[in-house]
Amino acid sequence: MSIELYIAQQLINAISLGSLYALVAIGLSLIFGILRMANFAHGDMMMVGAFATVVLQWVGFDFGWAVVGGIAVGALAGVLVERVAYRPVRGAPEVTMLLTSFAVTYILENLGILIFTSSPRNFPLPDWLNSAFQLSDGQITFTQINILTVVLTTVALAALGWFVTRTDVGLGMRAAAEDMPAAHLVGLDVNRLIIVAFAIASGFAGLAGVLWSAQSGVVDPHMGFTPLLKAFVGAIIGGFGSIPGAVIGGYLLGALEICIVAFLPSQVSPYRDAIVFALLIAFLLFRPNGLMKRTQEVKL
Amino acid sequence: MATLELAHDRPGAPAGEGTTQALLEVSDLCVNYGAVTAIRGVSLSVAAGEVVALLGANGAGKSTMLRTISGLIRPRSGSIMLDGKAIHRLPPVRIVGLGVAHCPEGRRLFGSLTVAENLRLGSAARVDRSGLAEERERIYTTFPILRERMTQPAGTLSGGEQQMLALGRALMAKPRVLLLDEPSLGLAPLLVKQIFRTLAEFKAAGVTMLVVEQNINLALDLADRAYVLRTGEVSLAGPAASLKADYEKVAAAYLGVRP
Repeated sequence: MSIELYIAQQLINAISLGSLYALVAIGLSLIFGILRMANFAHGDMMMVGAFATVVLQWVGFDFGWAVVGGIAVGALAGVLVERVAYRPVRGAPEVTMLLTSFAVTYILENLGILIFTSSPRNFPLPDWLNSAFQLSDGQITFTQINILTVVLTTVALAALGWFVTRTDVGLGMRAAAEDMPAAHLVGLDVNRLIIVAFAIASGFAGLAGVLWSAQSGVVDPHMGFTPLLKAFVGAIIGGFGSIPGAVIGGYLLGALEICIVAFLPSQVSPYRDAIVFALLIAFLLFRPNGLMKRTQEVKL
Repeated sequence: MATLELAHDRPGAPAGEGTTQALLEVSDLCVNYGAVTAIRGVSLSVAAGEVVALLGANGAGKSTMLRTISGLIRPRSGSIMLDGKAIHRLPPVRIVGLGVAHCPEGRRLFGSLTVAENLRLGSAARVDRSGLAEERERIYTTFPILRERMTQPAGTLSGGEQQMLALGRALMAKPRVLLLDEPSLGLAPLLVKQIFRTLAEFKAAGVTMLVVEQNINLALDLADRAYVLRTGEVSLAGPAASLKADYEKVAAAYLGVRP
């Protein structure tokens, strides 16, 4: 197998993995931007979205509609969590918000265990998604899931880009993320902006959960944990709170992980996560604002 | 409410306009900042078409006053009425919607958003969406530089341009009362002059304003009446012309020496 083909294959893998990290990281950044809160329960929206997709298929919806439904349920769950758990502690010290999000994680994951047990369940896929394209006599493999991941992520990113630059609500979200008191002063409906931010963030996480499960073939109540941590790393690398930063950070992290496995000696592969978190520490020490600089906020 | 004309659409609207009720009426207001009392029992009023200056040393409570009117801070007691309607328990979004626009200290533009986007957000709370384009056009005519810089991020503007944009953003709300917090802050003298010339034009067009300003002379030249705050209380109030004539009294009110 030629090196070019090998690199092409790894590129496909990197984009596919990076897409998932980017989808989750965007949500973390959106919520952090507007509430200054690290939402540890964000990964659980992946679980909610994936489980909802499974259940909808059980009840007889076909895969496409089940995915749409799964994303919607994920978005709804995010909005609900904001209303019930986060709004009452809004404005409380950051530690309170952080601990609240831990509590939400525990509640959601245990709810998942109660309903679906803690053992992984099969994530049903339609036949057309189980096939793969092969190029160059089978030396490069695109699974249909790779393609679906890239297509859906591209559509989601384009829609988000349009939303935050062309609509009043999107502009308002960026404004509130930049300067919350000023957003109040110009008369933005901040509550509504926060609800929209949670809906988008959680919907994206729901989509990421569906794609994650489609790749791994299973759903389980703890499935959101690892991607959440990775998405945090991606969001911080990109610049926590910045939407383009989250996208860039997510893809960079995906590429890095694939590179570690693909190009370093196989003895190094088990240390993949250690390397990723070492990178996080390095960023926090030397470039805490990440690659994309957030505009400085002024205290009122 | 729907039939009420907006002040700045009515050139040269006379103060009071035949009614004794002020457009903005603050009565016996007390505001706490944690354990500190920032405002203690302040009453003030602004009539339609009137420009009122709020003077005082740093920490006298001027900005706190404006932020309480805007709903950013809840008063401990007292009331704030806009055209007879109590607004001191409403959230900021409703207060802006009722026509109180606030041009904050330090301008507080959204630096990564463009000039046009900042102006667009200025009308976010506006209930009456008609005439938005005309409003924007009027702002671009008043400040031609903003039209030139329309697609530029607000953070890249100079200080003077930023102040113009902040004024423009506040005007996009089609305010019945414009609250201005230190419009001259951090600007070169020439720009300060220019901004105050513009404010005088606003006044001539009938815009009702409550202006916080460190520069006493400029403020008294612009205003019809003025209040001097000292440690959260009104230490002096009166027509701007008579205060200007008795500068020593104003200085004494600043320092708290009662003549």
